[in-house]
Amino acid sequence: MQTLGRGTIRFNKPPRIEAYASVVGKKEGEGPLGECFDKIEPDEYVGESNWEKAESRLQNEAITLCLQKGSVSSQEVDAATGGDLLNQCVATSFAVRDMNIPFLGVFGACSTMAEGLIAASALLDGGYGSHIIASAGSHFCSAEKQFRTPLEYGSQRPPSAQWTVTGAGAVLLGFNGKIGVSAATIGAIVDKGITDANHMGSAMAPAFADTIENHFKNIAAGPQDYDAIFSGDLGVIGKELTRELLRQNGICLENNYHDCGEMMFDREKQDVHAGGSGCGCAASVLCSYVLPRLDSGEWKRVLFAATGALLSPTTVLQGESIPCIAHAVELVHMD
Amino acid sequence: MTNQEYEKMVESYTKNSPIWSDCLKAFLVGGAVCIIGEGLRHFFLSRGLSDTLAASSVSISLILLAAILTAFGVFEKIAKFAGAGTLVPITGFSNSVVSPAMEYRTEGWVTGVGAKMFIVAGPVIVYGTGASIIAGLIYYLFLR
Repeated sequence: MQTLGRGTIRFNKPPRIEAYASVVGKKEGEGPLGECFDKIEPDEYVGESNWEKAESRLQNEAITLCLQKGSVSSQEVDAATGGDLLNQCVATSFAVRDMNIPFLGVFGACSTMAEGLIAASALLDGGYGSHIIASAGSHFCSAEKQFRTPLEYGSQRPPSAQWTVTGAGAVLLGFNGKIGVSAATIGAIVDKGITDANHMGSAMAPAFADTIENHFKNIAAGPQDYDAIFSGDLGVIGKELTRELLRQNGICLENNYHDCGEMMFDREKQDVHAGGSGCGCAASVLCSYVLPRLDSGEWKRVLFAATGALLSPTTVLQGESIPCIAHAVELVHMD
Repeated sequence: MTNQEYEKMVESYTKNSPIWSDCLKAFLVGGAVCIIGEGLRHFFLSRGLSDTLAASSVSISLILLAAILTAFGVFEKIAKFAGAGTLVPITGFSNSVVSPAMEYRTEGWVTGVGAKMFIVAGPVIVYGTGASIIAGLIYYLFLR
């Protein structure tokens, strides 16, 4: 492991992605990526008695499926790094509580998948263990309950609002497999004074721009060097703001730039306004759409930068602006 | 880029809510709620209720109707279309009490339903009662 510049790590022996799995809800399954997911849960309670348990079950299913695909038992896993949006990260803790895996709970709001991947990769590259699982998930109903209003409360959303994805993704890291985690940039918090919790994309766009600009500088690369660049859940407005912010700094994002939140839903038909959001958004798109293309060799080099809005319902009510973060993970196809 | 410059840039990229069509929908649905209320009032009067009792019965009936529609997940769909059309009449108040009562049922009858039932409607009750006390005092002291 080597420090390339402030925030950027190069992994000398890139940890490999051995397996990955995604589980999503019905609405996500009806979206444009429907065929890519490993499992679609038609029941929004996922057979449980409340939203929190349902979210936990989704992440548990993603982890279990990922271990099955990697032919690794939970006892062979040396650590799990995972997180979610619920208070005290209970969805993840409860998802792994019966697995007896050494566990590091991480919170980076919707950037959690990237944060967990970086922590897992650093542990493996630093010589700890041989298998680490990184996961993240979210549920529309539990997020609405915690961050907005009760589900049956009748209200209208502004066009800038985003729809929390019901879904989870899990990645098993080890030393075998065709995808390597070659580098990563840990983002710094960026807060441009946005206070509107219904405008997360615009709050997060400057953080994403800051992180990938730093990544490009430290690694001596540019957008043209990647087959694809992904932001986590900026939505359509945040995506366009990102393009403009980077353009002003001389970085031009072309057609290889995508946003997981924009890809998740059909905005014309699914009434999600600016697009998807939530920890499960970037996590499930990574595990269903991005990694298979790297695995097959269709893509050789991808930058995955999940973005998070580090707010709580309390800070919003207290009138605080929204601190945001983005962590970038560079993934490469390795023969 | 300063925060103010960024805020301006965000504004230029953001579409506003379609205010005229939202107003029209609110007018039509809100008007329909009032027509239903008026129909109910005439019904209660025809059954021999006094003016005051008929008016109270209309409020109670609309609260019940909105509560039932909320319980069956229908109210939220109508409100999404109607906006202020269902929020402003007493139907909105009913929905704002029933929806958290349903949502927090998993946290127990006392600490969930009981404690959190007024999480949305609480301010309306607090400031509504406060305003009526002030109005009452003004009437008592100056206008009586």
